[in-house]
Amino acid sequence: MTDNLQHPWSRRLFIRQGVTLASLAATTPLFIQQTAKGVMLPQGSALSSIPGMPQDRILVIVQLGGGNDGLNTVIPYGSPDYYKLRPSLGIAAPGRSAEAAMQLSQSNGIGLHPAMTGLKSLMDDGVASIVQGVGYPNPNRSHFSSMDIWHTASPEGRRGTGWVGRYFDNACAGTPNPEIGIAVGREAPLAMQGDTVLPVSFESADLYRWMGEDLDGELAKPYDGIAGNDASQESVDQLSFLKRTTMDAQLSSVKVREAVAKQPLVSFPGGNLSNQLRMISAMIRSEMPTRVYYATLGGFDTHANQAGQHTRLLRQVGDSLKAFYDDIKAQGNSGRVLTMVFSEFGRRVGQNASGGTDHGTAAPMYFIGDMVNPGLHGTHPSLTNLDNGDLKFTLDFRSVYAGVLDGWMAADSSDVLGRRWKAAPVIKKA
Amino acid sequence: MASGLSKLSPREFDYWKAQHLLQRAGFGGTPAQVLALKNLGLEDAVDSLLEFQEIEENGVTARTEGRFDDSIMRMRTPEERRQQNQARRTGNEAVLERFRNERQMRQRADRQQLAEMQQWWLGRMIESPRPLQEKMTLFLHGHFATGYRPVEDSFHMFMQNEMFRSNAVGNFKNDLARNIIRDPAMIKYLNNNQNSRQAPNENLARELMELFTLGEGRGYGEQDIKEGARALTGYTYVEDSFQFNRQRHDNGYKVIFGQRGNWDGDDFVDLIFTRPSASQFICEKLYKFFVNDTPGAAARDGRTTIRQMSQLLRKENWELKPVLRKLFMSRHFYDDANRSSIIKSPIQLVVQSVRSLRTPVRSLSRLVETCNFMGQGLFVPPSVKGWDGGRKWINTSTLFIRQNTLVYLLTGREPSSNPWDAAGGGFDARHLVDHLRDLPGRDRDLDAVSYLSRFTIGSVPEEERLALWVDYVRQRGGATDNETLVNLLALMTAAPEYQLC
Repeated sequence: MTDNLQHPWSRRLFIRQGVTLASLAATTPLFIQQTAKGVMLPQGSALSSIPGMPQDRILVIVQLGGGNDGLNTVIPYGSPDYYKLRPSLGIAAPGRSAEAAMQLSQSNGIGLHPAMTGLKSLMDDGVASIVQGVGYPNPNRSHFSSMDIWHTASPEGRRGTGWVGRYFDNACAGTPNPEIGIAVGREAPLAMQGDTVLPVSFESADLYRWMGEDLDGELAKPYDGIAGNDASQESVDQLSFLKRTTMDAQLSSVKVREAVAKQPLVSFPGGNLSNQLRMISAMIRSEMPTRVYYATLGGFDTHANQAGQHTRLLRQVGDSLKAFYDDIKAQGNSGRVLTMVFSEFGRRVGQNASGGTDHGTAAPMYFIGDMVNPGLHGTHPSLTNLDNGDLKFTLDFRSVYAGVLDGWMAADSSDVLGRRWKAAPVIKKA
Repeated sequence: MASGLSKLSPREFDYWKAQHLLQRAGFGGTPAQVLALKNLGLEDAVDSLLEFQEIEENGVTARTEGRFDDSIMRMRTPEERRQQNQARRTGNEAVLERFRNERQMRQRADRQQLAEMQQWWLGRMIESPRPLQEKMTLFLHGHFATGYRPVEDSFHMFMQNEMFRSNAVGNFKNDLARNIIRDPAMIKYLNNNQNSRQAPNENLARELMELFTLGEGRGYGEQDIKEGARALTGYTYVEDSFQFNRQRHDNGYKVIFGQRGNWDGDDFVDLIFTRPSASQFICEKLYKFFVNDTPGAAARDGRTTIRQMSQLLRKENWELKPVLRKLFMSRHFYDDANRSSIIKSPIQLVVQSVRSLRTPVRSLSRLVETCNFMGQGLFVPPSVKGWDGGRKWINTSTLFIRQNTLVYLLTGREPSSNPWDAAGGGFDARHLVDHLRDLPGRDRDLDAVSYLSRFTIGSVPEEERLALWVDYVRQRGGATDNETLVNLLALMTAAPEYQLC
């Protein structure tokens, strides 16, 4: 055993064979132990303790890229202007046709797109909420700029860090585990970039590894020893840092790929978002030390022939969220995982001449989880009091972030957001 | 260590020092190129990099004129504006929508042009016979960082890039600082087009001191920012040219650094360069970029060198070239402690790999994409602070991307969710070890592995790792087999040392 561990390359093999943490502790240098603690928590054990961070809480962010049409998702059927401005795209009031909206609030005349049966059933079960009219002043209608604004939580200045990244910087600087934030996708989202913490990102777990092994199986053995002799934790030089990170990567790769290989407890509908959420669910089930996960679905930039495309997208969103919640619940984790869904902007109130809608402003956000203050929140923006054909936001997205940070992540949101925002009540009072 | 800028003895300029010079002052080179540089001797070697204007540009890098379209984001004509205003007044949605659509089409075309520009510049760095010119252009892009997104005019980004290139080792004050306050991309990026007598905007004035010349909080105060912003009022642009807008300029007296005068932007720059931290700050950044970016190194071991660089820069009236010449000839630059002490930026990783191993370029668009994933998108730095660099480049996922990018360059096989494309190859690695062929009576496999590891990772690894690599070569039939060499290189370039240069 001791012999084995003197060869660094055997350590990965060691982990592949599932040796327990306790036996590692006796023989490995300090930094490996810390790494191992980060990635090797046995199932059902106490979770890693990170200063300033609730030990069992997870946030999953789902980004709908391209600008989801909020008005055709959460439908103000009670407003006659809605049908005036959307003569062919408007969704009928509940009960009016086979493709009518589902009822959310009769008194306010608000319904849900008929394809979102998944989300509707979560709403009915009291584990989901819709927050209406979210936006920010002087809305930017460029996808890229507006997405940056949502990611950095900073419409005025250009911050190079994201709001989740700053949360990591504040709450868990010095955290040894490399997987504090995981984004499923090729590009690490700006939202998760901190000054000291960078998110791990991969499109599929099978890409989160060295591809050189595919050239020749014989390369696996020398690759396992690629980091060379262990670098001490204290050493400040660049090489020691790189050796530690190389070792972290090797350990983490094995752990992540093992985690996502687990079969889910419920069936997922398939599709891009569903696959991402299934991976995330598997990682949660494997007790990864990750606190924030990020998933992305694109295609919401519906300038032309919106109806069919939007229906398909919303069905995928609703069904995927439902399957994800059910899987998490079957794991016994539905009280630990908050899911938040947003898009960079909504779309213009009036439909355009191509059966689509152009870039707009305020739109709803969606929350799922047992801790969510359920139901329909906030005020739907007026369809008569418009700003140059666009909705006026009724709630600043930074208030929503503050609600998540203060209410769920037990952070001080003003540290992250640069000032105090009134926290929107997205989370149930404990 | 504390040798400052004292000169390296020319006799000590050996093959490995020549390689170090070529990696730092450029993007590395093949064994043959390193040898040629070494044979020039120290002074001529440094001059061959520094006096690049004497080197004829090659086919790829020579053609810049008319390379990009300057009209994609042109302003609306007076007639178009009249139509648009009328449509707004009358609420003519059809006309307004036409204008909106037209603008969106332009924006799409412009983003496309930016993507081409990213490939063009990466290609230049790979091909240029003037590596230091491109390397300094990259430094200046990170220093005077400007991001495409709020600029939304690719041609302005191109103009700025060419400005950096033509002043790459020029005068930091007169060529660079003075030009940057006239640069349309920078003016837009830092909102100086909105900076007017009536409504001053401090953004450019602040960053000019904080990030471009003096360093945060080093020798200026909030009052100097306010007054400097007034000096910069009216510095704007029309289409692709700088314009000084007299009506918007504040003609009153301003007090900057305690000096009262009717200062304009150039005066403001002149005043900034009287501050002691002006030379210190830029030399610290050059030091981190060219000598050592280990946290604390500039403050610790590099202190004397930076002070001497800074004195020299003033003595030479802000000319960068003499400072770089002295630096690249200094003993300190070649000191063991400064070798392999900089974490390669994603661009350095890609360009140096292609230039030194002479792998095929494969696909420029793939390489641009992979640099984005590794955190360094050309023309889209994360903020006006540029890239932090150093350890910020590295985490577990960027490390895999780095390793796999090398596998891609070496073999042409790209990672994707699908099984790898088996086509590719086309890389002959044998030129790297050609010169070992005729060594008499040696262990050829051991020689090849030792040399290649020194050439790629800068050192011969400890016994255990070396033994694994030699075993691998032997068991595959020796170092003369190209596929074996390629696989060995995939392994070596996955080593943590390969991230350093």
